[in-house]
Amino acid sequence: MNNRDEMKETAIVIDKLTKEFEDVVAVDELSIEVEKGELFGLLGPNGAGKTTTINILCGLIKSTSGSVVVGGLDVQKHPYKVKELIGVCPQETAIYPYLTGLENVDLFGNLHAMNKDALKVKRSELLEKMGLVEDAKRRAGKYSGGMKRRLSLALALIHDPQIAFLDEPTVGMDPQSRHAVWDFIKELKKEGKTIILTTHYMEEAEELCDRVGIIDHGKVIALGSPKELTSSNNVKNLEEVFIKLTGRRIREGM
Amino acid sequence: MNFQRVSALTKKDLKKSVRDPAILFMIFLFPIVFVLAFGFSFGGIGGGQSATYQIGAVNMDLTDSSQLWSEVFIDALSKTEILNIQLYPDNQTAQYDLTQGKVQAVILVPDVFSESIISYHTSPDDPSKWVNTTVPMYLDKGSIIATQVIPPIIQQVLTAIMGQNQHTLLNPVHLETASLVDVKKLTAFDFMVPGMFAFASIFLIMMVAGSFTEDRENGMMKRIRITPTTPTEFMTSQVLSNMAIALVQAVLVFLMAYAIGFRPNIGLPIYLFAFVLVLVFSLSNIGFGLITATIAKTQGAATGIAFVFLLPQLFLGTFVGASLSASAQVAGRFVPSYYVTDALTSLFLRGATVTSPVLLLDTTILSIFSIAILVIGIVLYAKYYRI
Repeated sequence: MNNRDEMKETAIVIDKLTKEFEDVVAVDELSIEVEKGELFGLLGPNGAGKTTTINILCGLIKSTSGSVVVGGLDVQKHPYKVKELIGVCPQETAIYPYLTGLENVDLFGNLHAMNKDALKVKRSELLEKMGLVEDAKRRAGKYSGGMKRRLSLALALIHDPQIAFLDEPTVGMDPQSRHAVWDFIKELKKEGKTIILTTHYMEEAEELCDRVGIIDHGKVIALGSPKELTSSNNVKNLEEVFIKLTGRRIREGM
Repeated sequence: MNFQRVSALTKKDLKKSVRDPAILFMIFLFPIVFVLAFGFSFGGIGGGQSATYQIGAVNMDLTDSSQLWSEVFIDALSKTEILNIQLYPDNQTAQYDLTQGKVQAVILVPDVFSESIISYHTSPDDPSKWVNTTVPMYLDKGSIIATQVIPPIIQQVLTAIMGQNQHTLLNPVHLETASLVDVKKLTAFDFMVPGMFAFASIFLIMMVAGSFTEDRENGMMKRIRITPTTPTEFMTSQVLSNMAIALVQAVLVFLMAYAIGFRPNIGLPIYLFAFVLVLVFSLSNIGFGLITATIAKTQGAATGIAFVFLLPQLFLGTFVGASLSASAQVAGRFVPSYYVTDALTSLFLRGATVTSPVLLLDTTILSIFSIAILVIGIVLYAKYYRI
């Protein structure tokens, strides 16, 4: 056990996690540990098992075998307690289009049973950081794609969770919006939040992540910091590592 | 249960109802439009005026008396504001006009009619001395109005000329069809109003199914499940918001019907009870909506599948059912809308009290039906799409 292991607490422990859908093994004995305050990138081609893993971590679906511990709690045994600890920005831009941005944020604050004052403070802070203050009273259905994604991120983080799962949070954003979100994610990390990020943008993973795990066919095929993976594979960047390990064949998601 | 979550979700659904044009039409405009349409077609806008019905009468009274009660009877029928009497020399001509739709009913005043009335007036307390007779009546079977409205009016006039009150059970002259309904000032529209409450509420099935499938398709259902919201909190919010919608619909239907002339002679507690019945009925529609959402994979499919549950309720259980075949009316007993319509008819038109046996029976069956369908809906939905 090295010095870092002794110092850091573990936020997420995935141990031999397996998920089968009828005849498809989506996650195959996956084991990963994420430290508290770490920004961990979960990378992989379409259908590799990233979203299934996140869905299990959130308590949305049950695993076939193995265990998942989030914030010290077994997800299968304490799903509602785990849901109080985590914030999830799903892959889909899931917002209520007929509510305003403000009402969307308020709704999710209330679903996390936040008190009125705390909700007011956090709401202002998030809308400001997401660049949505001016449009907060407009119906979310009228927002641009990038604004919807930023609002979706705000909904995930309104209750100030200690652990955040961000499933492709910058997909479909223009470079300005993407960099704004990157800055926001970096800020979250500075605040000591544990973040699991899935992305198809390798430069995003290189820019943000402390460590990345590349998974394919439900198994971890590489694990380490972007620099470690680049040097151990003797390539220039993470994208080349990714292509080298997962191949060039086009995959379809499940 | 955390009421902050329930309240937030309920408010969210109510905002959706007000802001989504399709739902807004279903909730607010549809009841207004269809009550107005029926009001124009079957009632008098503004004053509750009665329509007039053409009645053919064949006077065959042969009694030899200074006062012919048959003439008094026909005269009394003519003086009503509702019946327009046309005298026929014989039954054959009258029957021909009935088949041609020129009259909506034909009554045959029998040969011993006056003799029968005189016998009653001579010995009102001794039925053994009465000359019993029957007034045959032929109704236009193609008209819901004729079959439902005309017999009670004639019965009432008959009772009046005999000098009886409505509660006197025995008399020597019998009309072949009778009813307890007091129709003196009612229009066909008035008979439809109880069914209209059910009619409006039934469309909740489509709204609930559409809302659940839409939220599932756009990922909102998943997003809610990621929060600490429990299935009980979520379902409670759904039930509350949809009951609130049902209540708004019922109030709108009532206000529109009232504006058109519907004036049931009942007190506030009966009105309140009527609205409670509509709320109980809405539970079954939420349940059917959930069953639809379980079967349907997409929002478009949900709209189509909703008709499987919606149409039987509309045709068998509302005012439409009254004009259907006997077998269809028996089938109506298996849909909850029948019981809410029947209970509201008893309250609004028959003057039944809340504690009367027929109302208690309707309310009990309606409640059991509604709760059972809601539970089935929740269980099925939760089984196939985790809440």
